[in-house]
Amino acid sequence: MSILKVNNLSVSFKQYTSGLRQTTHQVISNLNIELVSGEILAVVGASGSGKSLLAHAILGILPLNAETSGQITYDGEVLTSKRQEQLRGKEIALVPQSVSYLNPLMRVGSQVRSSVRKRNAKQAQEEVFQRYHLKKEVGNMYPFQLSGGMARRVLVSTAMVSGASVIIADEPTPGLDKVVIEEALNNFREFADQGCAVMLISHDIESALKIADKVAVFYEGTVLEVAPVEDFEGKGDRLRHPYTQALWRALPQNDFTWIEGSI
Amino acid sequence: MLLEAKNIGFKYGAGDWLFRHVDLQVEALEVVGITGPSGVGKTTFSRILADYELPNEGTVTMDGKPIMTSSYHPVQLVFQHPEKAVNPRWKLRRTLNEGWQPNDDFLDKLGIKQEWLNRWPNELSGGELQRFCVARALGPKTKFLIADEMTTMLDAVTQAQIWHAVLDIAKERNMGVLVISHDQHLINRVCTRVLEF
Repeated sequence: MSILKVNNLSVSFKQYTSGLRQTTHQVISNLNIELVSGEILAVVGASGSGKSLLAHAILGILPLNAETSGQITYDGEVLTSKRQEQLRGKEIALVPQSVSYLNPLMRVGSQVRSSVRKRNAKQAQEEVFQRYHLKKEVGNMYPFQLSGGMARRVLVSTAMVSGASVIIADEPTPGLDKVVIEEALNNFREFADQGCAVMLISHDIESALKIADKVAVFYEGTVLEVAPVEDFEGKGDRLRHPYTQALWRALPQNDFTWIEGSI
Repeated sequence: MLLEAKNIGFKYGAGDWLFRHVDLQVEALEVVGITGPSGVGKTTFSRILADYELPNEGTVTMDGKPIMTSSYHPVQLVFQHPEKAVNPRWKLRRTLNEGWQPNDDFLDKLGIKQEWLNRWPNELSGGELQRFCVARALGPKTKFLIADEMTTMLDAVTQAQIWHAVLDIAKERNMGVLVISHDQHLINRVCTRVLEF
């Protein structure tokens, strides 16, 4: 059952060039995508192709100079900015891309506790930290005292304890070592198996493929194709779009090649 | 050229040792990978090599002599997050030319478009910005380049392009490269040997 639907979404930014002269800069155009309960949709594509902006558009946290058109529905209901505000962090949770999304002046333990709703906050936070191999003392630390990988695990913990039914993870794994990546990804899988919908934005195609059900390929603000995971194999001959093939072949474990003009 | 770190130990403030007794030798034309779990001090170690941080014990030498720190440092770092490594209030031309003036061929090789030079950092994507950070670090006096998760945030196509350019330039200039990465496939592909941290 599809829980979140994006119909014909376009996002553009208004910018001032000189003085009062304005230009609009289209970053997402006519994008359609669908999240299904119990499934993980991986979103891959070039950097700067609007993957994070899609996540921000769904949550309603685009900057003020952004203009959107099109429609996003959650559970059959159109998402207005007021509804987005009610849902975010509760029904729809974000694992942000940058570790700078942590509050620099708040101990990380209490940041995680603040997103727990249905159960004992302290217990939930301690459990989730233990699960991600964060020591008990880490809860009392400030973000600047954490390594990049630890800060990332704190961000993932925040979403995990929130009890949301849609999780949007924007590059949750870079800078983590293999063991922790595997664990985080397995948690997303578990999450989906419990009936949640997960959108996993990632450059790490290899690990995304291990857990995803479908893969959406982004390029220049639109979806080129939604391919089944099985098509990513061998030389990528089953992939339909040339950019998807280029992306697959550029991986270091494949050909590590790049084609002029494909970026 | 030989970059040598001997018996390096480091701790933050009065805390416990983050690591001790780390040795590393890198020669020109070598591409050495550094891997290990997150939080063990890989980045800190590379910061010590590039003189951003002083070790509590041990020495870093080049060809057996201490590295002069009063002029251009021969060990240059490229960081994981390019948006944090450029001045947000400088147009990219100024950032790029702070260390040296690369010619157009060089910029082409890294896929930097001329029009980007007149933009502000917040008007470029992470992949576009990272090319500038790479170009900036590859001045003529750079003898060793440390790529600290240089392409982790980038898509596979951009990653392949940047690595091909960097490895070509390193070969041309007789440089050594250190690669810090969690991506085992990347390490296998580009490195000649690996240090487990």
